[in-house]
Order: sequence, then C-alpha cells, then structure tokens
Amino acid sequence: MLKEYKTVGSISGPLLLVESVTEAKFGHIVEIELPDGSIRRGQILEVDRDKLLIQVFEGTSGIDIPSSCIRILGRGVELALAPDILGRVFGGLGLPRDESPPLIAERWADINGNPINPYARDYPNEFIQTGISTIDGLNPLVRGQKLPIFSGSGLPHNRLAVQIARQATVLGSGEDFAVVFAAMGITFDEAQLFINDLTDTGAIERAVLFINLADDPTIERIATPRVALTAAEYLAFERDMHVLVILSDMTNYCEALREIAASRKEVPGRRGYPGYLYTDLSTIYERAGRIKGKKGSITMIPILTMPEDDKTHPIPDLTGYITEGQIIISRPLERKGISPPVDVLPSLSRLKDKGIGPDKTREDHADLYNQLYAAYAHGKDAQELAAVLGEAALSEMDQTYVTFAEAFEHRYISQGDYENRSIEQTLNLGWDLLTVLPKAELKRIRDEYLDKYLPQAQERTAKA
Amino acid sequence: MSEQSDKQGRIVRVSGPLVVAENMSGTRMYDVVRVSEQKLVGEIIELKGDLAWIQVYEETAGIGPGETVYLTGRPLSVELGPGLIESIYDGIQRPLDELYEAGGDYIGRGASLPGLDREKKWKFELAENLPDQVGPGQILGQVQETVSLIHKIMVPPGVSGKLSNLNAGEYTVTDIIGQVETADGPVDLRLMQTWPVRQPRPYAKRLSPAEPLLTGQRVIDMLFPITKGGTACVPGPFGSGKTVVQHQLAKWVDTEVVVYVGCGERGNEMTDVLMEFPELKDPRSGEPLMKRSVLIANTSNMPVAAREASVYTGITIAEYFRDMGYTVALMADSTSRWAEAMREISSRLEEMPAEEGYPAYLAARIASFYERSGRTQCLAGNNGEAREGALSVIGAVSPPGGDLSDSVVQATLRVVKVFWSLEATLAARRHFPAIDWLRSYSLYKDVLGEWFEQNIAEDITEMIATTNRLLEEEAELQEIVRLVGAEALSPAEQLALETARSIREDFLHQNAYHEVDTHTSMKKQHLLLSAILNFHRQGLLAIKRGADINALISSPLREAIGRARYIKEEDIEQISNLLKQIDTELGKLSGTQQTAPAAQASPSES
Repeated sequence: MLKEYKTVGSISGPLLLVESVTEAKFGHIVEIELPDGSIRRGQILEVDRDKLLIQVFEGTSGIDIPSSCIRILGRGVELALAPDILGRVFGGLGLPRDESPPLIAERWADINGNPINPYARDYPNEFIQTGISTIDGLNPLVRGQKLPIFSGSGLPHNRLAVQIARQATVLGSGEDFAVVFAAMGITFDEAQLFINDLTDTGAIERAVLFINLADDPTIERIATPRVALTAAEYLAFERDMHVLVILSDMTNYCEALREIAASRKEVPGRRGYPGYLYTDLSTIYERAGRIKGKKGSITMIPILTMPEDDKTHPIPDLTGYITEGQIIISRPLERKGISPPVDVLPSLSRLKDKGIGPDKTREDHADLYNQLYAAYAHGKDAQELAAVLGEAALSEMDQTYVTFAEAFEHRYISQGDYENRSIEQTLNLGWDLLTVLPKAELKRIRDEYLDKYLPQAQERTAKA
Repeated sequence: MSEQSDKQGRIVRVSGPLVVAENMSGTRMYDVVRVSEQKLVGEIIELKGDLAWIQVYEETAGIGPGETVYLTGRPLSVELGPGLIESIYDGIQRPLDELYEAGGDYIGRGASLPGLDREKKWKFELAENLPDQVGPGQILGQVQETVSLIHKIMVPPGVSGKLSNLNAGEYTVTDIIGQVETADGPVDLRLMQTWPVRQPRPYAKRLSPAEPLLTGQRVIDMLFPITKGGTACVPGPFGSGKTVVQHQLAKWVDTEVVVYVGCGERGNEMTDVLMEFPELKDPRSGEPLMKRSVLIANTSNMPVAAREASVYTGITIAEYFRDMGYTVALMADSTSRWAEAMREISSRLEEMPAEEGYPAYLAARIASFYERSGRTQCLAGNNGEAREGALSVIGAVSPPGGDLSDSVVQATLRVVKVFWSLEATLAARRHFPAIDWLRSYSLYKDVLGEWFEQNIAEDITEMIATTNRLLEEEAELQEIVRLVGAEALSPAEQLALETARSIREDFLHQNAYHEVDTHTSMKKQHLLLSAILNFHRQGLLAIKRGADINALISSPLREAIGRARYIKEEDIEQISNLLKQIDTELGKLSGTQQTAPAAQASPSES
C-alpha cells in the first residue's frame, strides 16, 4: 500500500509544493488524486528534506490544497513496451489514445533512457535515398543521423517531412523499417497530414504515434519526445528495425520547458529559456544513432519553427550545435513558387562525406556537390550585384553564373511532392546544369571525373 | 577510490546534479565523495557549517534525502602512467571501452573502474647513470608504451631523497618498483602516480614560445600560425566547421602526443575520431595516429558535472606528458559547453549571476585553464638533464548565434594569442576551413617570422605580407565594384582582384576530405603561394608592357595553379616547373603579342 499525502503546501503554475513527505526520491513519478476523483501525474523536480517540488504533466487546474491526495509511485516515468505498439496511437505521456485495448507490456522502460556510451556507437554511414535532390545530392542523410528541419510559420516543413517519410529507402536493402512520430503542441490539421499520409501509403501499420496537440496539457510535452524515443530505442535496438523519428514541433517543447523554469523562478538565460536548454535538448537528440553489433538504427528528423525566421534564436541555435546539420526552409524561395523551398546554402549535412562515394552513391558525388555549392553561391552573389547595379554591369562570367543559379533553382531544387528522383537522376541533373559553365571554372572537381562525366552531360543537354 | 573514512554524511536535498548533505563538517572543498548506495561519484563545491553542496557526475534520479554520502578525503584526481595512450575516457577518467565491455551499450550509474589497466604488465627499463639522491621529475626509467611513444617514468612532484631498491622488470602500474627515502620516511615508487586535476602540475621554468606548431593547414601555418606551447581559439557558429578544424589539427599537428577532449559535443563525432584515428597514419612516424592520442569523451547527453571536470582531466594528462619532455597538443571541443556546465552548477547553487547567467568567476576559470599551456623547462630531479616540454591548447568556442560578443568568446580572447574566426558566410559557400582572413590574427607572427625564414625560405615573410595586402586590397576593391561596377577598375586592380580570388580559392581553401589536399607540407605551401604571387608579379609587368588583362585572366596557367594543390608531395617539382613556366610565358606577353596567348587560352574555354 502506497503512502498517501494530503499535505499540498502551495500550487503555482504547473508546480505543486508538498510538505511532510518521507522517502521521496528525485525524478520519481507521483499520482495526484483530485477532489473529483480524477487522477493526474507529476514528476518530482526537487526534494529538500521533507518538501517536494512536483511538476504536474496535465496542469494544475482543479487541484486544491486541502483535499488533493498525492501518492509517490517509487519509480520514474515509464513506458510500456511490446511489439504491438506498432500501428498504435498514444497520448503525449504514452497512454493509449485510440480505441484499442491497453497494451500488455513486455517490459517497462524509463523514458529518460541512459546516454549511449560513445565507445558503443557505430558510425552512421549508410546513405538513405529520400528522392529529394536538395537532400540526396547536396545534404545526404545517413542512417543514425539527426537532421532537423529549420522552418518558419506558414512554410511547408511538414510536407517535406512527410515526403521524406514516404520515400526514404536505403539502396539495395529491404530491411525492416518503422516510423515513430511525436507531435508536440501542433494543430489537429498538421497532425492529420502525417496520419493521412501514413494511412494512404499503408505505412501506418509500421508507425507509432505519440500525439500531444495544441490544446493538450503543455507540461505533458516535456515527456512526449522522450516517450517517443524510448519506443524508438526499443524498436531499433531490441527489434532490429530501422526507425525514422519525426519530432514536430521542437519549439513548442522548448516553450513548455521555459514555462517550468519560469515557475521555478530559475535564473533565465537568453530570451527567458533556461540555461540548461542545451543539455536538455541534447538528451533528446543524442538518442539517435547506431550501436555496434545491433542491426537497427534511429534516424531523427526534428522539426522546429524559428520565431521570425531567426536562425540565431536560442532554439534553432542550440539545436544546430547538437544535430548533425540542418535543412533550412526559405521564405523567398517559397514565394518564388519553388517547392520544396530548401535554402541550399545554409543547409548542411555533417555526415554526408561518410555516406557517399563509390559503392554508396557514386565516386563523383563529393566533388560534384562542392562544385554545385560554389557555383550557386557565386550565382547568388552576382544576382545581388545585378539587383544593385543592373544586369549590364555584370561581367560575362557573372552573367553565366546568374543563368546557372536560376536554372539550378528551377530544375534542381524544385520538384513535386510526389516526384521521387533516384540518386543517379539527381547526380546527372547536377552535371547537366554545370555544362553552362566553362570547364576552367569547375575547379572543385577532379580531372578524372570531369573527363568521365562532363562529356556525357554535354551530350544530354545538346539533345535536349 | 575504494578507500573510505568512517565518517558519513546524509543527503538532505536533491535537485538535478546538485545534492546537499549534512553531517559533513571536516570535509574539504573539492573532495570526492560517493553518493548513496549506488556510489555515484560527486565532488564538494560548497561548504556551509555542517552542510556540503555536492556536484554529482552521474544521473541523480532515484536518489533522495536520508541516503548516505561516503567520504574519500581526496580531491578529484587522475591516474597517470603507462596505458594512457590509445585510451578513451569519460570526463572523470573512467575508461569507456571497459565500461562498454562491463556494462553494455549505455552508460550505467555508479560504475567504478580505474583509469589505468591494473592487470597489464609493462616492461620497465632503468635509466642510465641514476643519481643516489633524486628529486621531483627525475627520470627513473622508461616503458615502451606504444610503437610511437616511450613513456618516461618520473619521480612524482614533492618527493625527494635517497633512491633505493629500484629494479628493472615487468610490472603492473600498481606494483612497487622502488623507494625514495624522504625526510618523512620511505615513499614507494610505482609506474603510476596520481594528481589532482584542478591543480597545475609543477615545472622548473616557463619559457617563451619559439617554434611553430605545424598543422599542414595552409591558412593556419602561413597566415595565422600557432606555436609549440601556444594557445589558440576557434570561435564560430554551428556549421562553420569548428569540429573539422579541431579534427584536422588532432590528425596533423607535429607533436608527440595529442589529447583530444570532446566536451559536451556530439556522440557521433567522437565515434568518428575513434574509427578514423586507428586507420590514419601519423605523418611523422608513419604509425597510426591512435598510438599518440588520448581521447576524453563527455558527450552532451552525458552528465553535466562530469563535463565540467573533463577539460581538467584532459589538461592534467597533457601536462604529465609535457613533463616527460614531449611536445603535446590539447584540443578542447567545445569550451562553451564547459562554461555552460559551470553556469548550470552555479545557478543551482543560487549564486548571483554575471553576464548571460554565467558565474562571475567564468573569465578567471577560463584564463587559468589556458595558462596551464606553455613551453616549459621540466622538473628534472637533482642532477637530471634539463629537458623542455611544450603544451599547446586549442579551444573551440561555440557562441550563441555566432555572436562574438558572447562572454565565453570575450573571456577567451583576452588570454589566447591566436584567433581563428570562423564565418558562417564562408561556410555557406563551402570555403573550408572557413577561417576569415581579415578578422583572424596570430600574435606569434613576429616570433615565428625568423624561424620561417631560416627553416623554410628567406622570402616567406615578404610573401605573407604581400598575401595579406592583396586580401585587404580585395575587400576595398570589391566595395568599389559593388558601387560602380567592375569596368571602373584599372587593369592592375583587376589583376589584384583575380590574384586575391586565386589566393582564396587555390591556397586558403583546403579540402579536409581530399586524400592529398588534407595536409600540405611547408615546402609545398611555399611553392603554391609562390606560384600565385609569381603570376601576379609577372602579370603586373606584362600589363605595364601593354598586355591585355583578359588574356592574362584567361591564361591556362591559372587553371594549372588552381590544380597544383592536388599534386602529391613526392611530385612537387611539378610546382617548381610551373613557377618557371609562369616566368617564361608571362615574360613573353606584351601589347603586340596578344593573339598568341589568346589562342593558347582557347582550349580551356571550349
């Protein structure tokens, strides 16, 4: 029989202060029974002698001081795991949200997990073909990578994430895959976009969904990504599956964290976010990866909307320092009607060099993307210059680069939501576009690849 | 760490990594304690009456008031001895490979493994002409630790007296190899010694830096060099290539030992180092890089307090090798994460924050960390030979949003002598290493100028000055072009722009992933820069003779210059030939001969 305490001392925001408690442990979970008999859950944030500070996941409305009853469960927040979590929909704390009966747990796992020993990690180096040129060609995604999408309000980041989830394959492998989707404070419509697409393609059978919508309790969001990753770790490292985790939207998660920090009256860091935001985010993002001797992997695509499209805002900033690159969605490109509007120049995949090359994609891949980047950057500079001085002021070479940059945006970056380009198509398209530049400008490409691939591309473009 | 005193404390409060315990009077600041029955490692960081504030290096969930705190009575220390090289440790020197063997894929709690292997036997050879009376730093003998490194066994600091019973043989690190009769009685000598991490190891004398630390990275060696025993910092926003710069340095610096501290960074990056270093060859010894490296990995998701300790663990190990008379380089990636760990602990102590929530002692801690670097005359016992060691420290800084006014950047810039400023705009156009040539600086330039002239080439200082001038001029000319267009420039100015572009694209830009380009010897660096500047000088002369600027710009020689950096080290006479070719071909160029070079140029344009 668990001890019950009716000693709530004060309630403030999402926090409860409980007094005269014995044998409480830091990080453990509590049940709070309200006067109306309903049960809420909370977690112990601090124990100071006999006082407890508790964050209540479902919010504190309706909790009163005299009659609310606290029970300490003597364990951390845990998630029930079993193979049949696949195809199910859960709430933000990992309790079933669909009509199906509750799970019969194979085992329970603490949602905080443990840090992976860096020595146990296997380096991610398997190329994932997403069928999207700006990712496959320029910022290749590999298994076990964490590659966030930095976006802004009103931009089609969710469509891009859905397209990745739909098209992602590893060349020449038919291994088990699964999708884990965690929704944090997004709207019903946004969540439905994912669910509908997963249903249409039949992938819903191989998906686990954790849904905390915009009108669900805020503090619950702090647990949601951890619950989702616990499920992902189970599927990847115990069930040998390749798991793609999509977290949307991390901005809402960070705001929930700020709310807790503010109610605890902690010294705020930049923009009111707590000083430990970096550490906190890393305990989520670093759960992606591969482990030596395990077949499965966790690849993570967190989505975050940058307030005012500002990349230096603490959320994208700290995320960028932890994740292995970022895909940035650009508003100007979106206005030009280019879809997906991926802003190529500041986007980056840090693990690209390990995932490409002979046997993985093609030998010329690295040189080619370096050249495409350099040429597009040059073209964008020239475009800016032309905007100030007029096109007549550009040298002949600069004008060629402007032509290149325009063709690059319309043919390479732009592609349809359902257009699934093979890596071969993407690479050849890159070469085709480079044919407008003189050969002497292609300094980033080795001679042997120029000799091998450039004539083919010239032939193709001549035909067209 | 098994020894315990009888006295025990009791936990009264737990808040994240901070634990407060009572009944702790008599303990000292920075003593190590073991918290609860799980024996989590912690360190005392504040004392108030009977209460002690403890930062715990492991996750504290499940710990509560009433549990026991065990005292060890010793400060946080590292074990120094054979077996350090090729190790990978966490922030408090627990071997991660052995934790993996023992505990599996995840780092569990309360694991207690010694830093050095207790089982392994090392072959200890005596030094020649050992004196009877020995003092701290006296080399007693050596152990061949790896093919690349001879591990010198020294008398620990603070021990001096008559040497007795020292014998060669096969020993484990804890076996007694001899004794020193000190004034306070005999002290046992072992292959291993321990040293508290927060205290700098002593040396005889500090010396001024004199030699460059060569890195094979052109922009660093030529424009912003660092010395053996020097300090440098690499600030930059995310994605600007800090980690790649740090990795490149760890791979290619010409030191005998490299200590790499991954402090609060990505797990996969450490894996990358772990996978690559055993494969890559040290350019000097030809042996795998791992044979000269010690890795400390406390990734961002590992406990925050251990992150705070990791830089100290790293630098203490580095100092130990310096004391043997070696040149050592320490890379810390990233010191911002270390500062953030300090901030987190400070805020839990409810200290009054200074700028951006960082504690007021931030700058002092950063300064004293970098000051542990330097070129030193080592302690060498009573009549041991004087030996010199050098420890260079290179710290990455990750300022929020790349903003250089960040407190950590500013505190670091006040102490370091070399500043490699990484720019997001350069990274966006894939100019790597993205070190800004206008903002970065090296205060060692003057000291090193002489060394370069004597050891590389006489004209090198002048060449570097010309290079800097051209880059500076480029920035000004680009301003003009932006306002009035390129046609307003004179032919000489147009040539200067083109040469500056060539310096940037063909010299400063370096591809870390290209098998040849990743490392360039000083000789080749000199030749490459000579080719670019030669073309400029001859071009200016040709313009004076009335040659057409377009003929110069489209010369096929420029393409050859652009590809010269991919020429292998063993074929560098090809670059010397290119230099001669530039002299003869541009020497022929003048106003009357315009058609000939134009015809030459045409094949490259097709």
